[in-house]
Amino acid sequence: MPIIEVEHLIKRYSGTVSGSAGFTAVDDLSFSVEPGELFGFLGPNGAGKTTTISVLCTLLAPTGGSAQVAGFDCVRESRQVREQIGIIFQDPSLDERLTAWENLRFHAMIYHIPPRERRTRIESVLEMVDLADRRNSIVKKFSGGMKRRLEIARGLLHRPKVLFLDEPTIGLDPQTRRKMWEFVHSLRSNHQITLFLTTHYMEEAEACDRVLIIDHGKLVALGAPQELKARYSSPEATLEDIFIQLTGHEIREEPAGSRDVTRTLRRWSRNLR
Amino acid sequence: MIDIAAIQMIWLRDLIRFTRDRAQILGAIARPVLWLLIMGFGLGSSFGRVGETSYLEFIFPGIIALNLIFASFLSAISIIWDREFGFLKEILVAPIPRFSIAVGKAASGSTVSLLHGLVVMLFIPLIHVQLTLGQILLALPLMYLMAFVSTSLGILIACRMTSFEGFGTIANFVIMPLFLLSGAVFPLDNAPVWLKIISRLNPFTYGVDLLRGVFSGVMHYSVALDLSVLFFCAAGFLGLAVMAFEKMD
Repeated sequence: MPIIEVEHLIKRYSGTVSGSAGFTAVDDLSFSVEPGELFGFLGPNGAGKTTTISVLCTLLAPTGGSAQVAGFDCVRESRQVREQIGIIFQDPSLDERLTAWENLRFHAMIYHIPPRERRTRIESVLEMVDLADRRNSIVKKFSGGMKRRLEIARGLLHRPKVLFLDEPTIGLDPQTRRKMWEFVHSLRSNHQITLFLTTHYMEEAEACDRVLIIDHGKLVALGAPQELKARYSSPEATLEDIFIQLTGHEIREEPAGSRDVTRTLRRWSRNLR
Repeated sequence: MIDIAAIQMIWLRDLIRFTRDRAQILGAIARPVLWLLIMGFGLGSSFGRVGETSYLEFIFPGIIALNLIFASFLSAISIIWDREFGFLKEILVAPIPRFSIAVGKAASGSTVSLLHGLVVMLFIPLIHVQLTLGQILLALPLMYLMAFVSTSLGILIACRMTSFEGFGTIANFVIMPLFLLSGAVFPLDNAPVWLKIISRLNPFTYGVDLLRGVFSGVMHYSVALDLSVLFFCAAGFLGLAVMAFEKMD
């Protein structure tokens, strides 16, 4: 049984009062992700990636179709879905005035981890991301890479079945990026976890079990990187060649402020309830 | 609906942040110093007495109200910071109802402002007001109630604000009028009718009245009226704040 199941998902934004036209961010999208997969979700800016992730994370209600995560409906059973997922946001979302430990402890509280287990779980995720010796440092003093690692630790603390990584390596130096990927791969071999990744780095997408390319809200291609190369180009082609081939050369504009899950959420959260 | 762990987390976080924020603690001390010293001693010297009480004794509960109102608005408006710096999304995607988030925020903001209000108590020896421990203990829940009213109002406003720059406007057009027209710094007995009407519509008028009643025994309204207004406003503003929070952009 797939861990993520999206069927005929549609998200349409109505025009504003000031007269701007509405647009369809996600247009009849269907796909599914198997448990344990590393799934790459690719597309140019404004293709509908963030909207889709927002629906899967229960932050946005779709206009049509359905989305299920871990067997729960993203609209009707949003709370259960939230318990099953972890999210590494594109922009940092730590409280920088708190220590690493406090950030994790507060996460443990709002994810209802029993008080008895909190300490050992926090210890173990801190070990995992190599921040155990910095547990009592204020996050403000952390480097970009350390903050990212702490966010990953936090995203894993409640042992989610699915981890969403929204452009997790953006703004990181090559060393940190490599380290993060080593970590992500070790995570996959040691835990039964599904990873749902968006990225603009095609070499990261090459490492995925399957990738989905979305453009203008529609599915353009879906398959293992090797399969896509065989289907659309030659085996020597890179995923980037295929990406450009399928989505065109023009540079995309996207509405200001729509890049990130929360900003989307901010605008459209009134549709939620 | 009520998620104790979520409320606890938000409360604890704001308290930890308060203890680490020197600027905020400094503000809590500087505000009463300025108002008590400059207004109290300055204006008081030409103002003489207000009824039975000295001017300093008269404005003392008012300065407590000032610190309560100011701190609770600052605390409520930290929601905008959380949105700007991303922490709000960590809370919004957690498996906790938004209702509890708003209640937690109201509780934590009120607690932090109660601490700000308590700072004013440190000036008791300076103003020659005799207060018993009983009076102070009686004042605490009333201060919390006032803080709760103004924190909820602050959350309501913060949910509709998009940038922190708006805080100056809020301070000028909301906090200062609420403070000045609550009878905190001058009695409204001889004020023109329109000012009296505005002050009667101001919930903090009733809070200041209660505190003054506790500290000096002088009251304008009945305890029952004061308390009902405050409880009514606390419930009403909290309800509106929860709704605004759920709709927040």
